[in-house]
Amino acid sequence: MDFHLSEKQKAIRDMARKFAREVVAPRAGEIERTGEHPYDILAQMGELGMMGIPFPEKYGGGGGDWVSMHLCIEEISRADVLLGAIMDSNSSVVGQELFVFGTEEQKQRWLIPIAQGKQLGAFGLTEPDAGSDAAALKTTAVLDGEEWIINGSKQFITNIGLDNASIVIITAKTQIETAGTTVISAIIVPKDAPGFTVGKKYEKLAMRASATHELFFDDCRVPKDYLLGDIKRGFAQHLAVLQTGRINVGAIATGLAQACFDEALTFVKQGSRGHQSLFKSQRIPFKLADMAVSIELSRNMYLKAAWLKDQGEEHTLEAHFAKLFASETATKIATEVLKIFSPYGYLEEYPISRYFKVAKLWEIVEGTSEMQRLIIARELLM
Amino acid sequence: MDFGLSKEQEDIQRAARDFTQGEFDPDLALQLEKECQYPIDIWKKACKLGFIGIHFPEKYGGQELGLLENILVVEEFCRQHSGIGMALGLSDFGSEIILRFGNDDQKEKYLYPITKGESISSLAYFEKDQGYNFASFKTTATRTANGYLVNGKKSFVVNGTLPGPLVVFCQMNNTKSDEQVAFVLEKNGDGPVVSMIGGRVGMNMVPMADLSFTYFEVPHKSLIGDEGQGQSQLMNFSDEVNIEAAAMGVGIAQGAFDLALSYAKQREQFGQKIGSFEAIRDKLADMATRIEVARLLTYKAAWTFDRNEANRKLNYMAKLVSTETALEVAMDSLHIFGGYGYVSEYKIEQFYRDASMVDILGIPGELDKSLIGDQIIGKI
Repeated sequence: MDFHLSEKQKAIRDMARKFAREVVAPRAGEIERTGEHPYDILAQMGELGMMGIPFPEKYGGGGGDWVSMHLCIEEISRADVLLGAIMDSNSSVVGQELFVFGTEEQKQRWLIPIAQGKQLGAFGLTEPDAGSDAAALKTTAVLDGEEWIINGSKQFITNIGLDNASIVIITAKTQIETAGTTVISAIIVPKDAPGFTVGKKYEKLAMRASATHELFFDDCRVPKDYLLGDIKRGFAQHLAVLQTGRINVGAIATGLAQACFDEALTFVKQGSRGHQSLFKSQRIPFKLADMAVSIELSRNMYLKAAWLKDQGEEHTLEAHFAKLFASETATKIATEVLKIFSPYGYLEEYPISRYFKVAKLWEIVEGTSEMQRLIIARELLM
Repeated sequence: MDFGLSKEQEDIQRAARDFTQGEFDPDLALQLEKECQYPIDIWKKACKLGFIGIHFPEKYGGQELGLLENILVVEEFCRQHSGIGMALGLSDFGSEIILRFGNDDQKEKYLYPITKGESISSLAYFEKDQGYNFASFKTTATRTANGYLVNGKKSFVVNGTLPGPLVVFCQMNNTKSDEQVAFVLEKNGDGPVVSMIGGRVGMNMVPMADLSFTYFEVPHKSLIGDEGQGQSQLMNFSDEVNIEAAAMGVGIAQGAFDLALSYAKQREQFGQKIGSFEAIRDKLADMATRIEVARLLTYKAAWTFDRNEANRKLNYMAKLVSTETALEVAMDSLHIFGGYGYVSEYKIEQFYRDASMVDILGIPGELDKSLIGDQIIGKI
């Protein structure tokens, strides 16, 4: 057993931490306030190799491991969770889905620019009536000669609305002749596919710069060989990479919790602004102690899950432990820190106001806490 | 012991509910919140119907009712829409000092216009340097031949940019003892320098301001009560406003809960309404129980206040419990909405943000806890 990071892992973590502190943190407030997507920061992240850490060099990646990827995601998320979320959807989900299940041609065409951070990919799973019950999707794809004809809609899809978005990998119900049964397949839809429309961007409580849209497919046509992986296993493929997405959320939420904690620690140490009596005794210091414990546990959990993945070992439980614990921790910590900063923390210019508004999101996206518990319980009771 | 509301109280509650359901337009609310605008039209209508200042004496435009009747209205307002509710509930913030400690001239001059929808009150007490240390202020009042000179800076002044009376608390500058004093001024025209505080997590329809007094002349008639009474006036004010804020917390919690319950009954996943899943039902059960607890504590505190038996410990408890309940219930409610919880079109995110702000009205929860401890065990 060795709890140390390798030199390479430390180097990636430190590189990300420096970038987050020097480039991202000074811009995070303005990004949230204006809702303008930070294309330039993402381009720099691409150049630094952040989008391709776990992919082989021949596919534009860095030949690193998933532990390093997650360390990078945590550090970036400390400055702005929006960017950690993009690393998650773009690389850990879409990139990985292409890497594991794609043909050589698909990898050459789409994985390389995604790993290099030059283009961004999206995944389209959720629909108006298929949230937690993702398998209840209604979007269909019918084979017509050499093309798929896709009809349906998707909800809350990130990235595809961006200028440099390339593809959205959707799940759709297809028909197989053998038994007449309906199965779910994964199909790659390029942004400029005929019949594909990106709908309105949602006005949101937080992550305002995140491009989150409805998508519409009206007899949308894509070539037959844009099918990704096994026609019968689209849903299972998607779930497999979403499991990594869950470890990612573990890292994102840990980064967010750490950011909140750092703010609180500085504020308490300064002991200024008439809060001396509140800070001198036990309540606040004990809360800080509890926060430090929870953050350390969050971090260790996502690292273990990522490490198991790097070893090629089963890690369903660990991935869901990481997501569940880190996200609930982040909400609790953000809420406590907001109170510690009272009344200043409510003002837009204080980062905690932003952290508080975005914290709860992580208990909802990529599988609600209820879904996490359902999956964990199922594994335990099997 | 009687846990029932009187018929008159039930009528008031129903009237307030009918008003909110008719007037609190959700699309307008979205726009007002986004643009940080006060809901003036709705407020004026509320004044016309007698909801604002319901606890003022009749000769000043009120209905001679108690704090309990006042908070029944505030709770209904916040239940229907947390943003509009808080704005209306706070439209007479600070007037409590004038009502309880002002002379007849001051009450006549300042309370009547509030009920008529002509003015909105403010209270300047918080200072950035002092934080929650209300025992001494850096803003001073120095006696002159005609009155006083006020010098200092106040912050987080609710309604600070809206015309109406402003009550300001100062430290006396030229007496031997460390005494506080309160004055009432007009906010329009020659007032202190006002700068508006920017956007916040929630409560954006309510403007807040920083005020700067530079040896500002205040006539003798602006004095509320006597020199040296400021500290006890402020403590009494916080008794009343803690209960008002607690009522807002209860209303916001109830409103958030209503939204989540409605959604749970209608949203389907896995072939059934999500309200049929045990995890969701348990959440709703916990939420409903906590709201009931917060409401009972708040009503008891108001009822005790109206009997002139103000129980400070009870007020702190009501504020503490209601603040925590509002935020916890709003968070659980948002969670039930799933992804839609983050979409602005759905009201729940407004309740969530506003719930977090209840804490700063009156005494914040953390301080309430310390003060409760002091009441229970004292300094040993």
